[in-house]
Amino acid sequence: MSVLLDHLPELWQGLVVTLQLTAASFLGAAVLGVIVTALRVSPVRVLRAIGTAYVETFQNLPLLVLLVLAFFGLPEIGVKAEPLTTAIVVVSVYEAAYVGEALRSGVNSVSKGQGEAARAIGLTFTQSLRHVILPQALRTVVQPLGNIAIALIMNTALAGAVSIVELTTAAKNVNLVEAQPIPIFVGAGIAYALLAALVGLVTGRLERRLVILR
Amino acid sequence: MSTVLFDEPGPKARRRIRVATVLGTLAVVALAVLAVRQFAAGGQLDADRWQPYATWPMWRYLLTGLGSTALAAVVSAALSMAFGLVLALGRLSPRRWVRGPAACYVEVVRVIPALLLVYVVLFALPRYGLDLPLFWKLVVPLTLSNAAAFAEIFRAGILSIERGQTEAGLAIGLTRWRTMRLIVLPQAARRVLPSIVSQSVGLLKDTSLGYVVSYGELLFSSKVLANYNGLLIQTYIVVAAVYLAVNMSLSKLARTLEARQRAGRALSGRSSARA
Repeated sequence: MSVLLDHLPELWQGLVVTLQLTAASFLGAAVLGVIVTALRVSPVRVLRAIGTAYVETFQNLPLLVLLVLAFFGLPEIGVKAEPLTTAIVVVSVYEAAYVGEALRSGVNSVSKGQGEAARAIGLTFTQSLRHVILPQALRTVVQPLGNIAIALIMNTALAGAVSIVELTTAAKNVNLVEAQPIPIFVGAGIAYALLAALVGLVTGRLERRLVILR
Repeated sequence: MSTVLFDEPGPKARRRIRVATVLGTLAVVALAVLAVRQFAAGGQLDADRWQPYATWPMWRYLLTGLGSTALAAVVSAALSMAFGLVLALGRLSPRRWVRGPAACYVEVVRVIPALLLVYVVLFALPRYGLDLPLFWKLVVPLTLSNAAAFAEIFRAGILSIERGQTEAGLAIGLTRWRTMRLIVLPQAARRVLPSIVSQSVGLLKDTSLGYVVSYGELLFSSKVLANYNGLLIQTYIVVAAVYLAVNMSLSKLARTLEARQRAGRALSGRSSARA
């Protein structure tokens, strides 16, 4: 136990980086995911193809490959950025594919009659999307988005493999000094579990408040 | 195509669709041009930087890496499915002392990063005298973490089998376990096949953690290769393409299985309705 207290500053710093990565990437993934979904449900074939290609590509590539490519490959063609920024962008781009899938299934879960009714009362496309389709679609995807957020927290650990010192790497580093793996790794594990539990709690609350019974 | 959002497009909408098609195509072309220019500016498009990847020794090396990836993936898939099945059955057991620990395992492991488990096996176990060979340093943590995912897939599959099936098994005098083994599990296995395949894609992606433990799978091999020949971006792009090809075929298989199953269920639904 005292090991954890002795190294609290490093571990805390790691946790802060994990939180930064998680929050920023989730935001980025949400924004990108909405765009991807918009592309995938659009009536324009080319745009649909772009959206599908995006999802297929990023769901089938290991995140670590993307991170390695971005951290070691991109500087070769003159694309350089802060490590943390690079990690946030890569995780966002990767998770956006999953967010896009979740949102699309949300849109598809809205029954066809809702859209027809919206058009029948003369709403324009944007109006029907904003007032009828999206509110219902978003409510059905609270739980899936929560699961994606939890997976995202787990995935931020991979940024540790390419030089970002987040919680997992901080724990590894402390262990290299102290060689007391059990308290250190268990401590880190508990921190992750608490984060995931927090996300679960929030999505559970939201879900109960927003759920639509069909 | 989503039918919630659109009617059959009229003349005005068709014109707008044409405009969007042109704009979309232009955007893709512009992006491609930008990428090519960026590559060219860095001298990364020179033939001698790509030419090595047209030679057999290079591919033999990468294919060896892919072989190790496949081996790690297959072994951890087999082990985590077996363990996952045990966990799923445990979670569904009527005895609380079996149900509790199984549920606890699944819920805890689901929220721990695989990399953390890798570090535990890599750094914690040797300290307690258990220094596994490289291969197992990758396979053990992957098995531990994927077993939880498989357990949830199996549990959902078992729960999706109609209760009447179990009741019928018990009614003809089978024990609970034999009902599960002879009646419920075979049906559940068919139903969860698509999810199992897509989870296996996830597992295959996870094997890239071999990069961390220095097990010579595809990503670690490419790291070694890139450090050796200095062709960083080329190597990683080629490797990404290999991962993409393998995983896309697996994902396609999952989709095909799912479509076939849906068709099968619709068919059987119709025939039972007729009967």
